[in-house]
Amino acid sequence: MSLGPDEVKKIAHLARLGIREEDIPEYARNLSDILSFVEHLGEADTEAVAPMAHPLHATQRLRDDVVTENNQREKFQQLAPQTQDGLYLVPKVIE
Amino acid sequence: MHTKTLTELSAMLQAGEVSSVALTEHFLDRIEQYDQDLNSFITVTREEALEAARAADERIQAGNAGPLTGVPIAHKDIFCTDGVRTSCGSRMLDNFIAPYDATVVEQFKQAGAVVLGKTNMDEFAMGSSNETSFYGPVKNPWDRDRVPGGSSGGSAASVAARLAPAATGTDTGGSIRQPAALCGITGLKPTYGRVSRWGMIAFASSLDQGGPMAQSAEDCALMLEVMSGFDEKDSTSVNEAVPDYRTQLSQGLQGLKIGLPKEYFSEGLGPEVEAVVRAAIEEYKKLGAEIIEISLPNTHLAVPAYYVVAPAECSSNLSRFDGVRYGYRCDDPKDLQDLYERSRGEGFGEEVKRRIMIGAYALSAGYYDAYYLKAQKVRHLISDDFRKAFEEVDVIMGPTAPSTAFKLGEKADDPVTMYLSDIYTIAVNLAGLPGMSVPAGFSEGMPVGLQIIGNYFEEARLLNVAHQYQQVTDWHRQIPEAFKGQS
Repeated sequence: MSLGPDEVKKIAHLARLGIREEDIPEYARNLSDILSFVEHLGEADTEAVAPMAHPLHATQRLRDDVVTENNQREKFQQLAPQTQDGLYLVPKVIE
Repeated sequence: MHTKTLTELSAMLQAGEVSSVALTEHFLDRIEQYDQDLNSFITVTREEALEAARAADERIQAGNAGPLTGVPIAHKDIFCTDGVRTSCGSRMLDNFIAPYDATVVEQFKQAGAVVLGKTNMDEFAMGSSNETSFYGPVKNPWDRDRVPGGSSGGSAASVAARLAPAATGTDTGGSIRQPAALCGITGLKPTYGRVSRWGMIAFASSLDQGGPMAQSAEDCALMLEVMSGFDEKDSTSVNEAVPDYRTQLSQGLQGLKIGLPKEYFSEGLGPEVEAVVRAAIEEYKKLGAEIIEISLPNTHLAVPAYYVVAPAECSSNLSRFDGVRYGYRCDDPKDLQDLYERSRGEGFGEEVKRRIMIGAYALSAGYYDAYYLKAQKVRHLISDDFRKAFEEVDVIMGPTAPSTAFKLGEKADDPVTMYLSDIYTIAVNLAGLPGMSVPAGFSEGMPVGLQIIGNYFEEARLLNVAHQYQQVTDWHRQIPEAFKGQS
């Protein structure tokens, strides 16, 4: 498996990762190496095998739909890069 | 005092031979003296530690102390600690002061343990050498030109250098066991679901598991009793009673069936590591164990399966870092897209970005079946190998890592070669089993670890098997010359 520069750019965009133009060849090489390595999986016969979702085959536990957390908006928003009036600020989305 | 184990320090505290404040100051002084060079801590919490030590001394005086009351420990910087920076080794969280305690942190707090600080680690636990940390690599105390292993490299190095008697770690593909092996300490990765993951920053949620890193199996038992148990806040926590790990330590090993997977002793294993591991197994024969050769035929597929499953889960988990609610934000974003892309591009290091991209690719439209689904099926095959093996044997043994600690920078430019450092540990995470690494000797002055793998929830047996070995050997009591200091 070999990825070209355009595919690397596309994947980076899908993952919302800004990468520098000059780093693209190295990403292409490293990611291609990793994918080629991972392709050994093709050697396994998994025709009759079910995918494993959980090591102990447990199912997701459910709980009653009740409020268990306290509102700590101010404490949490102290960590934010930019807030105003209890809201998180981001650059203008709609012109 | 720093040459004592956690268990010995606990006894000294209970007997009033030393105060928690004196003990805490001793370790804080050692950190100050040695850690500039070793770089095993990201944050040292001196004031908080001394305050906790004073409270512990009062609790001991009042007669309501537990075995960990007043004992200093360190937490891997992946566990959220209320009011303390919790960086996960990343620029992304360099400014993140956790607003709550992880369940594991809370458990140690309740027990009265004193936290010296937060240990260095590979960024978001992605690495096998501690070289991907935003805070720089940790050095191996046995040879400071070498890596300590990763991702819990800071925890391993701090315990090996006796800057902390014990530390917590996390293990997604070997991140407790491999650094424990490379630094000559004892580490245990519990069964998936045994230790709460709440407040432990997520990397690959179906594989991540916290566990103890200490000098001896006895110390690990003491810690695991505190760390284990059901937690409502972790939806994958298992509701299974926590046994008294310490009482089972003393059982004899007569008739114990040890499986040696032939795949763990084949091509790729360094001959000097093999010799040490084989010698340890001879020791077990003397203790009355029976050795049985077994096969785990899908071993060669474990690392490839892991490098689909773990990156896929990481790309999903790390999508929460968006530069909006907490963590790093780039300067002057021109629009929302730019804010996301530059905050993440600048906030994450190279290995993290590589893994996010592999995961995003494996999960993208048209590739899901070929990668993620296939890997999850292979995971089933790997887990079946172990299931069959445990019908025949009680524990499985082999090397923890294929070589001793490698040189800093040696594998940093070659991700796939680096990934193969975890060749013997990764399958255990894919299957969700418990595994340990125990110091078994040295090769050219560098420690070698023996890996012991058990069946689900058989941590007590693992600890027992390791403890019995540590009663007849003293590899776990070795301290690197440069860090012996005055006790």
